Amino acid sequence: MIALRHISVHTGALSALTAAVAVFTALAAYNWSGRTAQASATSGLTGERLEYASPVELLFSPDEKRLYVLCQQSAEVRVLDAVTYKEFKRIDVGRVPRGFSFSSKGDRLYVANSWDDTISVIDTKTLEPIATWPIAAEPSSIIEDRQGQHLFVANRISNDIAVLDPRTGAEEKRLAGGRGASYITPSSDGARLYVTHVYPNPTSHRAAPDSEITVIDTQRAVVSDRIALPDIAHGFHVAVASDGRLGVAAGLHPRNLVPLAHLEHAGAFTDTITLFGLDIGKPVELPLDELERYAVRPFGVAITPDKSRIFVTCGGSEEVTVVDAPRLLRFIHTHPGSHASDLSASANYVISRIPIGHDPRGVLLTRDGSKLLVANRLDDTISVIDTRTNKLTSTIPLNGPRQLSVLRKGEQTFYTSRYSFQGQIGCANCHIDSTFDGLQWDLEPDGFGRDVVDNRPIEAVKDTEPYKWNGGNPNLPTECGPRTEKFFWRAENYDDLTLTDLVVYVRSLPPRPNRWRLPAGELTAAEERGKALFNRSVDKFHNPIPETNRCGYCHSGSKGTNQKSFDVGTKRATDNSGLLDTPQLTNIAITGPYLHDGSANTLEQIWTIFNPEDKHGRTNDLTKDELNDLIEYLRTR
Amino acid sequence: MKVQFAIAPVALMLAVSSALLPAQRSATPKLHKSAAASMKTQLPSMPRFRFENFTAANGLPDDHVFNVLVDGNRIWAATENGLGLFENGKWRTYNTKDGLAHRAVLSLALDKRTGDLWAGTMGGLSRVSGGRIDTFTQLNSGLSNDVVYGVSVEGEHVWVATAAGASMLNLRTNQWSLFNERNTPMFEIWVYGVSATPSKVYFAVWGSGIIEYDQQKKTWDKYDDPDGETEMVLFKDQGLIHEITTSVSYMEKDHILWAATYFGDSHYDGRRWHNFLTKDSGLPSNFTNVVKGVDANHAWFGTDKGLAYYDGINWSVYRPSLTNGKPEMTIRDKNGNVTPVEVSTAPAHNYVLGIDFQGSDIWVATAKGLSHGIHQP
Repeated sequence: MIALRHISVHTGALSALTAAVAVFTALAAYNWSGRTAQASATSGLTGERLEYASPVELLFSPDEKRLYVLCQQSAEVRVLDAVTYKEFKRIDVGRVPRGFSFSSKGDRLYVANSWDDTISVIDTKTLEPIATWPIAAEPSSIIEDRQGQHLFVANRISNDIAVLDPRTGAEEKRLAGGRGASYITPSSDGARLYVTHVYPNPTSHRAAPDSEITVIDTQRAVVSDRIALPDIAHGFHVAVASDGRLGVAAGLHPRNLVPLAHLEHAGAFTDTITLFGLDIGKPVELPLDELERYAVRPFGVAITPDKSRIFVTCGGSEEVTVVDAPRLLRFIHTHPGSHASDLSASANYVISRIPIGHDPRGVLLTRDGSKLLVANRLDDTISVIDTRTNKLTSTIPLNGPRQLSVLRKGEQTFYTSRYSFQGQIGCANCHIDSTFDGLQWDLEPDGFGRDVVDNRPIEAVKDTEPYKWNGGNPNLPTECGPRTEKFFWRAENYDDLTLTDLVVYVRSLPPRPNRWRLPAGELTAAEERGKALFNRSVDKFHNPIPETNRCGYCHSGSKGTNQKSFDVGTKRATDNSGLLDTPQLTNIAITGPYLHDGSANTLEQIWTIFNPEDKHGRTNDLTKDELNDLIEYLRTR
Repeated sequence: MKVQFAIAPVALMLAVSSALLPAQRSATPKLHKSAAASMKTQLPSMPRFRFENFTAANGLPDDHVFNVLVDGNRIWAATENGLGLFENGKWRTYNTKDGLAHRAVLSLALDKRTGDLWAGTMGGLSRVSGGRIDTFTQLNSGLSNDVVYGVSVEGEHVWVATAAGASMLNLRTNQWSLFNERNTPMFEIWVYGVSATPSKVYFAVWGSGIIEYDQQKKTWDKYDDPDGETEMVLFKDQGLIHEITTSVSYMEKDHILWAATYFGDSHYDGRRWHNFLTKDSGLPSNFTNVVKGVDANHAWFGTDKGLAYYDGINWSVYRPSLTNGKPEMTIRDKNGNVTPVEVSTAPAHNYVLGIDFQGSDIWVATAKGLSHGIHQP
């Protein structure tokens, strides 16, 4: 079942190595010979896209005879025998599926296809798709309430939870979620849903990140509460104990308000769980890290039926962290409050760290709690852990390519934390699912407190060099290599091949579908008016607009950048220079905050607040209607 | 027309300010005491209430209450100093520190599908959802103006009446549409009220009468003074009574429009207009801040001289007496006979700005407190 999209692909480690060297050589030549060089000069495995499965979530059938595996890259649900793990069915679903669940009766399997904006409905008897429902935008998780009255879908792009009629798939309404709403977990009695989100909610500039668990009343299908997650920027899965008294949410707690110069003091992130529920009282955030042992990017969570253990997958550190729940509760009650900064705390409740595969994601406990299954996304394997011994008992390979492509190795490099000092962080810490993080960081090389910069997205980043807001990095090998190693990882350099893998992967990242663009690419009347404003050369008073002050000059080309630097009047007292690299416009509607320091929470604010002298394009002659039109057009980019 | 435009905000503010003093400027309706005595048993059956009043003294955020909204057992009060929520017998105040756009809250609307509350303020539009407040302003969003006099939710659309035209937020796409003199028949853009339904959306526009948007046909229409010159009808029932409209309430099921102005009120059934003035109806004052229709024939009016109810024939008025401040209720029958009814309570003040219903009870926002009218059998 190995499928190769490019026919002239060599396989085998040696070939890959040779090809990777060729890629690196080509990239280096590309850097040295200027922009006229073509990336297509690369050869060998550069372009290969092996059909990996990339499992992300797991489900047992209600009778626990079947194991369903949601495979993100191959866009399938694979059905395995739950005892022998023998695969007996593959069901095609939409692009980049991210979440799935059974209907209340168990007769349907719903799959949220995040890049197709669809829900696949699968008959669990025939294992055949019976419907595909449209939904928007970037559905990431789906749950039907126990009465079968409502179907809830978390949409990452539209930041909401859609409520559908489970009989027809018709959308009834949308509930306001957190930014990047992604993962839904029901309470033990099904009366509530807990929804987390992967990007921080908007805050004032340079304030601590702020997130929430959106609580939904399933009967009324309304938001009934929001559990505050102060300081958390990225929320992932939640688990609720079978008695309903304890909830555990995996989260990422960045230290972006202080200079990123103290990795040796765990100064970049804390990997935490937030606990809530009757066992806890006021929610508390506790670290999973301890000095020199970091539980990087907690993602999946499971609680054993007897509430003795909590298991958390950690994507960056490639392990399962095991928490002794009674000891954890004792610690909470004897040490009230949150302890996210206390690296000695976890020794009180973390009892094991079990190494597993690359980028472990979803977890699944057997009904009796004796076994824990983990989907290793970048290994195409499932780890099986004995929960009594906390030992890895087996690793189940999913059928697929055994060899690693350059892209796959690059992706593993992107998601692992093994290259940073003490294994604390990886690329994906700041580029959530290979996107962005919505945060601003103070990096060391510009000086402490100087040049605080917003983290730019990396979708379709290929051919948008130079990189960094000051345009200081001429190409991706520089950006991803020495600079990252010195100022982020504070550790030894990647070897040449690893860097090449990484660069090839980053260059391969496509843009996610633009949700504002109409199917045939046509523009609405408002977008057409906005496009005319974007490209205009004369203002409303018939005065010519200098070429360098036209939107379409700096933001030219298909990606919206002419790759040059300009002063758009946004220099702050703490900035070393006002000259800034022109950022690309790819999917700009969803990548806020904006401007180099993230000071504009919305696109509107770029011009209503931060463009008083018309340096960032001539806009102060526009009416509010016209500015709205301009923004409508930008959203289609 | 320009003069009217200029005085509009002043009028509202002065009106509210003056209402802080006992209102005693206008004559009370003519009472037919002898008739009242003899016809006591024949009085029309009009709703009676025992009013319980809330002020800052018992937890309300502020005495100046611009609007009130009932959401089941929860009562939202739009006050000059925060958004109040009355729940389980206690008041909670949301203010700017909680994310509210501005401390002065002018208008309220409930999204019945999601349970979210929308609050129009003097500094933008806020959404209260599960305790979280998201704010939309003219600087951070496509909202046309930060002074939000009215808000109405219909389906996935939030319609907003502002001091610089109307706006509509599509909750599905997060796109804003603006409506003003450039794309609608409104020649003034001071929009005071909005009533949105799936079929029609009506805007009360200060100086531009009523603007109608047909959601199916995507067309606009306008209702203002019939002769186009005098700003008001020359003869009763010719059309909208005046262009200085303050409030509009559309009964979609009955296809009936109720409209309030500072110079009297109107009822429109799609063909015929009917005007209400103090001189020929039970309206306690032509100066009407708000109208809230119940159906085709029943409506409540909030004026500067009390709360009024019209049942299609008869009128009743509830207020502190304009002469001595004592609780007062009067009933005006179809013959114009006005009969006082003995009551022991009245709304907190006669300057009424907002009305909402809780079953057979009524909640009334006034310039000096919020009143809960508990229906009496």
